[in-house]
Amino acid sequence: MALSYFVILLLVLSAAGYVLGRRKAVAAVGGETRALHSLVSFYGWNVALAGFLSGIVILALWALFGSGLAGSLSWIGGVVALAAAAAAVVVALGSIAPEFRARNSVEAKVRGILIFCSSVAILTTLGIVLSMLFETANFFSQYSWTHFFFGTEWTPRFSGNSELGMLPLLWGTLYVSFIALCVSVPIGLFAAIYLSEYASPAMRGVAKPAIEVLAGIPTIVYGLFALITVGPLLRDYFAGPLGIGDSSRSVMTAGLVMGIMLIPFVSSLSDDIINAVPQSLRDGSYGLGATRSETIKQVIVPAALPGIVGAVLLAASRAIGETMIVVLGAGAAAQLSLNPFEAMTTITVKIVSQLTGDTDFAAPETLVAFALGITLFVLTLCLNILALYIVRKYREQYD
Amino acid sequence: MSDISASAAGLPGKSSLYAESDRTRRRNAAEKRFRLYGLGAVGIGVIALVCLLASILGSGLSAFQQTYLKVEIYLDPAIVDPNDARLMEDPDAVRAELSKVLTFGYAPLIQGSLQAQAEELAAGPAPEITPQLLAAMVSSAAPTTLRDYVLANPEEIGETIEFDFLANARIDQYLKGKVTRESAALDSRVDVAQLNAADELLDLGQMEKRFNWDFVFGPDASENRPEAAGIGVALIGSAYMMLIVLVIAVPIGVGASIYLEEFARKNWLTDIIEVNISNLAAVPSIVFGILGLAVFINFMHLPISSPLVGGLVLTLMTLPTIIIATRAALKSIPPSIRDAALGVGASKMQAVFHHVLPLAMPGILTGTIIGLAQALGETAPLLLIGMVAFVRDYPEGILDPAVGLPVQVYNFTNRADPAFVERASGAIIVLLVFLVIMNLVAIILRRRFERRW
Repeated sequence: MALSYFVILLLVLSAAGYVLGRRKAVAAVGGETRALHSLVSFYGWNVALAGFLSGIVILALWALFGSGLAGSLSWIGGVVALAAAAAAVVVALGSIAPEFRARNSVEAKVRGILIFCSSVAILTTLGIVLSMLFETANFFSQYSWTHFFFGTEWTPRFSGNSELGMLPLLWGTLYVSFIALCVSVPIGLFAAIYLSEYASPAMRGVAKPAIEVLAGIPTIVYGLFALITVGPLLRDYFAGPLGIGDSSRSVMTAGLVMGIMLIPFVSSLSDDIINAVPQSLRDGSYGLGATRSETIKQVIVPAALPGIVGAVLLAASRAIGETMIVVLGAGAAAQLSLNPFEAMTTITVKIVSQLTGDTDFAAPETLVAFALGITLFVLTLCLNILALYIVRKYREQYD
Repeated sequence: MSDISASAAGLPGKSSLYAESDRTRRRNAAEKRFRLYGLGAVGIGVIALVCLLASILGSGLSAFQQTYLKVEIYLDPAIVDPNDARLMEDPDAVRAELSKVLTFGYAPLIQGSLQAQAEELAAGPAPEITPQLLAAMVSSAAPTTLRDYVLANPEEIGETIEFDFLANARIDQYLKGKVTRESAALDSRVDVAQLNAADELLDLGQMEKRFNWDFVFGPDASENRPEAAGIGVALIGSAYMMLIVLVIAVPIGVGASIYLEEFARKNWLTDIIEVNISNLAAVPSIVFGILGLAVFINFMHLPISSPLVGGLVLTLMTLPTIIIATRAALKSIPPSIRDAALGVGASKMQAVFHHVLPLAMPGILTGTIIGLAQALGETAPLLLIGMVAFVRDYPEGILDPAVGLPVQVYNFTNRADPAFVERASGAIIVLLVFLVIMNLVAIILRRRFERRW
């Protein structure tokens, strides 16, 4: 790959610049380095950074915008970058003098780099929003937005004439998330309460990490668990005998497994919040004769409620955006049904299925994935912001 | 006075401290119940973890063992080397000449050798076996394996060698206890006679199960031969991606944290960046996949399904994690360190880079490892940038097509043959081993170097 060679050449050039800059600074004062404004190494760094930065900026711009234009002429950008870097090295070398403030110059450059690093986060968000907005606009120019947001049919056909209504997907997403929350919120909350209020330090030391291990397991593992264990189990021993479903992929399967995944999420967030309730409140309650559970129910939980609600909302946003568990556990049939033992599908599943395989980026059947993506993004963003808002607004300050 | 006596009269009748009143009993029972709920919740969490691991280990551990059939093969020069190429001087020419015999040509060689074995079996312990049935017990990958062996060792042409072929997935699953005689009777791809023969061959020592390095390091195989499928390509793909994440995400993440924590003034811009980072940490991972597809592939025209694109997407995804961990590490360094450095004449930059950063290093490393572990297990965004493709060749650079380990698991689950479930679980075990190692390193780093100020 040509680009990597140019980067290596650039690094060599910068290293040479460092040596030359250092030597020139020493020579400028005849070896009496105390006469220099800055430490000798700063003069070297200044030259090296000047060369490297100007080169790498041009290379990056070329890689971003040039490769699409030039194709085989990719070395042009590299040569231009190297020439610019060499010029910058020469200029920087020329500016070396005993009174030159090399340290300030280096620090300004480093500061620039740091600012660039922190702006990557903004660029990412911008990239997400712009790329999806652009393609979504493209989609809505081909497909009516009222049909997308309020349509109840999801039957994409690549031959055309597709019905791309989002409601069945949204229903599936919310149904799975609801079941997941029904599993994870009580279990996570009770686990957090038990571990922070009742458990002995030894038990806490064992059980807390064990539950948190669940948080570190990749979602594909949960997906496989749903596919090979939970799904068949529910079908053979529950839905099948009761005659309410014969599919191993179902809303219940995905919801249960996703609930397990969210237990540590709810419990560790609630644990932090419960621990933040000051001991004086507990002592006050015990002093009035309340039992432990009465203290928890009537003092601690109300005091921690905003934080707990925030945690639940964050868990909901996780559940809505979760992909692998529903891809492997919930199935692919888009339908509006109340039976949790039927296969249903979610927004994330359809994003995956519309964007994998052979895709044609002019067809509405592909572009719909971007519209689904931005819906998902907005949905989770709103939940996150609401969670942060509730936590900030209703947090009790005990100091 | 009358008030007191009036309210005293309203109290419940005589009560003793020695006997529990009804109300106390109820309250104590409620207390006990509440405590049990809590214990139950913790129990459910732990049981869920145990079930999850047991299910994966139970179905996946056997993927590391594979059944091989020993066959004596006479490498007939008339078939494998009709032009006597092995006598040539130049090894490259030998190879070129030998590879003119296609895989197809090797099949009769194996069938011929199996014929004798089948007759021997039919005469003795397994009377129903026919040469066709025995040949079907060998993996359809066998001719390829034999051809590769001959190409690598041309000097053995004309000799009789003992060769270990992979057994067919059904036979393999039978010996692992996953295919039963009942299920075999319903399966058109396996005959009960073959299962009897497999038992006999196992007794005779001509068939054996042994550790299967090809699963860990070998390439993937096509839909109808799960016995030959491996995760080697996925391991390399994941390694490349982790390298890219390490090289790009760590410097950028640490740089951003240093700026935000040490230099940035409090203004609207830094506020926006902070809100942004905490929101990015909560954006669903699949959205990063859409970003990668739109920006890196459709806009920048980087090669589809390459580790480069995968690594970049995972970088953007892990950045918030690394930034949040690094900022916490920087925050935990007391201001006295900075003040002391500034006091002896260091610039702010020097104070941060020479004093604060080295002290924060263990925390930063821990956060980085956790971020990497998260990136290693991520699947959804990689599906969207084309990494679901079937890749058999080891990638030689970050621009070649590759798959990641979790995506390979997804690929396995998408195939019809139930033998791939074992492969998927086996791949997950490998993934979990890596994750456990990474997390252990993070814990050890934290225990060993964490300082309380």
